[in-house]
Amino acid sequence: MAGPVLEMRSIVKTFPGVKALSDVTLTVRQGEVHAICGENGAGKSTLMKVLSGVHPHGTYEGEIYFEGELCRFKDIRASEQRGIVIIHQELALVPYLSIAENIFLGNELATRGFINWNETLRRATQLLRRVGLDEHPETRVADIGVGKQQLVEIAKALSKEVKLLILDEPTAALNDEDSGKLLDLILELKKQGITSIIISHKLNEIRRVADSVTILRDGRSIETLDVRAPETTEDRIISGMVGRDLDHRFPERTPHRPEEGAAPALEIRDWTVLHPIDQHRKVVDGVSLHVRRGEIVGIAGLMGAGRTELAMSVFGRSYGRYAGGTVLKDGREIRTRTVAEAIGNGIAYVTEDRKHYGLNLIDTIHRNISLTALDKVARRGVVDEHEERQVAEGFRTSMNIKAPTVFEPVGKLSGGNQQKVVLSKWIFAGPDVLILDEPTRGIDVGAKYEIYTVIDQLAAQGKAVVFISSELPELLGMCDRIYTMAAGRLTGEVPRAEATQEVLMRHMTKDTQDKEVTR
Amino acid sequence: MSTDVTAKTPAPAPPGRSGPARGGSLLRLVLNGLRRNMRQYGMLIALGLIVALFAVWTDGDLLLPRNVSNLVLQNSYILILAIGMMLVIIAGHIDLSVGSLTAFVGATAAVLTVQHGMSWPLATVICLLAGAVAGAVQGYLIAYFGIPSFIVTLAGMLLFRGLTEILLEGQTLGPFPDGLQKIGNGFLPEVGPDTNYHNLTLLLGLVLIAFAVYQEIRDRRRQQEFSLDVLPRNFFLLKLAAIAAAILVVTLLLASYKGAPIVLIVLGVLVVGYGYVMRNTIFGRHIYAIGGNLPAAKLSGVKDRKVTFCVFLNMGVLAALAGLVVAARLNAASPKAGLNYELEAIASSFIGGASMSGGVGTVLGAIIGGLVLGVLNNGMNLLSVGTDWQQVIKGLALLAAVGFDVWNKRKSGS
Repeated sequence: MAGPVLEMRSIVKTFPGVKALSDVTLTVRQGEVHAICGENGAGKSTLMKVLSGVHPHGTYEGEIYFEGELCRFKDIRASEQRGIVIIHQELALVPYLSIAENIFLGNELATRGFINWNETLRRATQLLRRVGLDEHPETRVADIGVGKQQLVEIAKALSKEVKLLILDEPTAALNDEDSGKLLDLILELKKQGITSIIISHKLNEIRRVADSVTILRDGRSIETLDVRAPETTEDRIISGMVGRDLDHRFPERTPHRPEEGAAPALEIRDWTVLHPIDQHRKVVDGVSLHVRRGEIVGIAGLMGAGRTELAMSVFGRSYGRYAGGTVLKDGREIRTRTVAEAIGNGIAYVTEDRKHYGLNLIDTIHRNISLTALDKVARRGVVDEHEERQVAEGFRTSMNIKAPTVFEPVGKLSGGNQQKVVLSKWIFAGPDVLILDEPTRGIDVGAKYEIYTVIDQLAAQGKAVVFISSELPELLGMCDRIYTMAAGRLTGEVPRAEATQEVLMRHMTKDTQDKEVTR
Repeated sequence: MSTDVTAKTPAPAPPGRSGPARGGSLLRLVLNGLRRNMRQYGMLIALGLIVALFAVWTDGDLLLPRNVSNLVLQNSYILILAIGMMLVIIAGHIDLSVGSLTAFVGATAAVLTVQHGMSWPLATVICLLAGAVAGAVQGYLIAYFGIPSFIVTLAGMLLFRGLTEILLEGQTLGPFPDGLQKIGNGFLPEVGPDTNYHNLTLLLGLVLIAFAVYQEIRDRRRQQEFSLDVLPRNFFLLKLAAIAAAILVVTLLLASYKGAPIVLIVLGVLVVGYGYVMRNTIFGRHIYAIGGNLPAAKLSGVKDRKVTFCVFLNMGVLAALAGLVVAARLNAASPKAGLNYELEAIASSFIGGASMSGGVGTVLGAIIGGLVLGVLNNGMNLLSVGTDWQQVIKGLALLAAVGFDVWNKRKSGS
């Protein structure tokens, strides 16, 4: 067994008022893929920032040994010179520059300030071949998908003679196919002798590529497990992350018994949406579905299946161009041409991207919660701030939003607590139908359970819930019925009793091929 | 310490300044309040310091009743513009056309009253309508047509300046009828027995004190009703006394000269009115929401286009009002009137705590920012500092204010 290439000993990192890391120890062996996992806020990203010199030497306590030498990085450049390269969760590419320009950004192949384009293109082509990306190096980065952009990032890392590659949630924005390719590439690089550290929420990925996994919790390193050992199960890792055995990941649900005769709370018929720019492309193609009061209905699909596009289009035509279809509420046709109309008809859409579409991050918790239904705390256009505060305090308690006061800016909260604010906001609007788009994306296991409980309660109160998710176990655990979509079309409807991951995946992947042919 | 008070007193103190979670100690109450309004308190303190410095340097001339009165008259139009500009910036936009628009409205007023002998009240109404139309057209192009506000108002800046010169044929036009002049130069009329002070101004001051005290008490009672934390009784009384004293000082200063300028009354109404709209109405909330995060506001059912349109319409009306005040004060409409006013209004907003990316700022902040610039102007004039150095110092003041804000934010985390 190879010796350690990296040792981080007793790392302590304090921010004003918060101890982000207290006594973290990490040992990574030469040539392995080492996973780091932990709940949000456990200190994973901070640890990697310490390692890569984002937090320079002197701002933390403890020692870093790389290839047996004590390292004191003063910035990212210093760590990159030693061959440690970090790829952040948010990609750091310039969209309007070409792939080649991005690969050598800050590291240009130049003589006396003049770029040597031939050499740049030649080297870029080599690197792209190495990461298996079949694109011309002069293509603009904006014109390729996120998955390919991720590969460009890795090519960029390889251009720097990387020895230790750190990937912070590399597959968070990728679909399953792209994720698979990326993970294969990590294994391929491992064969070439490159050691990797991968931060991930997705336990199945860890099991697939990692040799060992270090679990962080509340800024401490809890344990390092050998992934190949039979006793290292997903549940074992989860219990390490949350510090308790997770007997159930979902609240107990009594399956919904449909009321005979009653019209569904929401019914969508033949909904079709065109792409906002390429108007020959049907992003959603003749989708019909319904959901009853008290029912939780899932929509499963791979990235690009059109789930979010369907939901946003129904919710006030907020995406693309409407090209047909009707919405019925309790059997009566309703108008949802604007967001205000949709809200007025008792529909709520909780976005998958809370930072961009869900919250005003610079504003306070209480103002975010009241925004959609300000008239409920206002008289003749004048907001009663005391009443508003009271409402927000109520949600802070009932939803267990962890914040000192409701005057805290939402941007300062953790992902899970932000999600609770978004949910509070839409619950306060008092809808009959809630469309939840990836309501647990990017939040930790403990907060997920709380969100599931809230969703369950909403259904129990007689709300109709549409639950869009990319995590199949979550749909299986929560839904009464699950629709599947692929390439803009509805491809299946599976009742709870018959649903398994395999069945859903089969529906989610079918039909796509036919569609390519018919177009 | 009198000028900062003029800004502070007309607006009822912001609600929520003293309400952290239950069980907080007094210190925490105060600290929390301070922390949340760091920028505004910081600027208020800075304004106090600037006033104190210039008061010393000018041997007290700065605070002579005559000069305080002048200071108000000199800065009123920038302050009026700053209120509107603050709304525009909070909504995430910018308006470069207001300087030219003030000149254009002044010119319109001159053509109507001087050349055509129209009665001044009618001319005033027409001028305000002209401002509204100008604002509405720009607002329509920005909100519904989707041209960036920087471009639309840059075009407006050139366009209105040109129209002004066409209207005036390059000449300066005046003088205005008496009624119109009063808007820029007039004071409240003298009534009642002969005291050493201006009676109506005294009365107004007393009414204002009563109003402020009433507001404070009502607010405190509401907070108690909802069992939120309030300041202990003693401190509350102390605060009331401080507010009353502050209003009294300004009132006496003004009352011992010619009384309260009419434009100050107008300004006071605007500050209270707009402060209330921004803080307490749904419309105000929607402005903050679209500036803070436009996509999120849209998906929350905020009618973003309508709000943007109204913000620019409003800016047009306020620019027209400022134009009338400038013209009346100078008693002439000039093709070069209102030069660089847009920049002063924008600078006031940023000194007063607005953010380039929108979503942040208060009406009171804009006034404080405007007064910082105004006191700098006035103080340096008294010290006979040349306009060359005045520009340099004002530029540095803007940098320092925003720089402090950036530094403060970086220090407090992120």
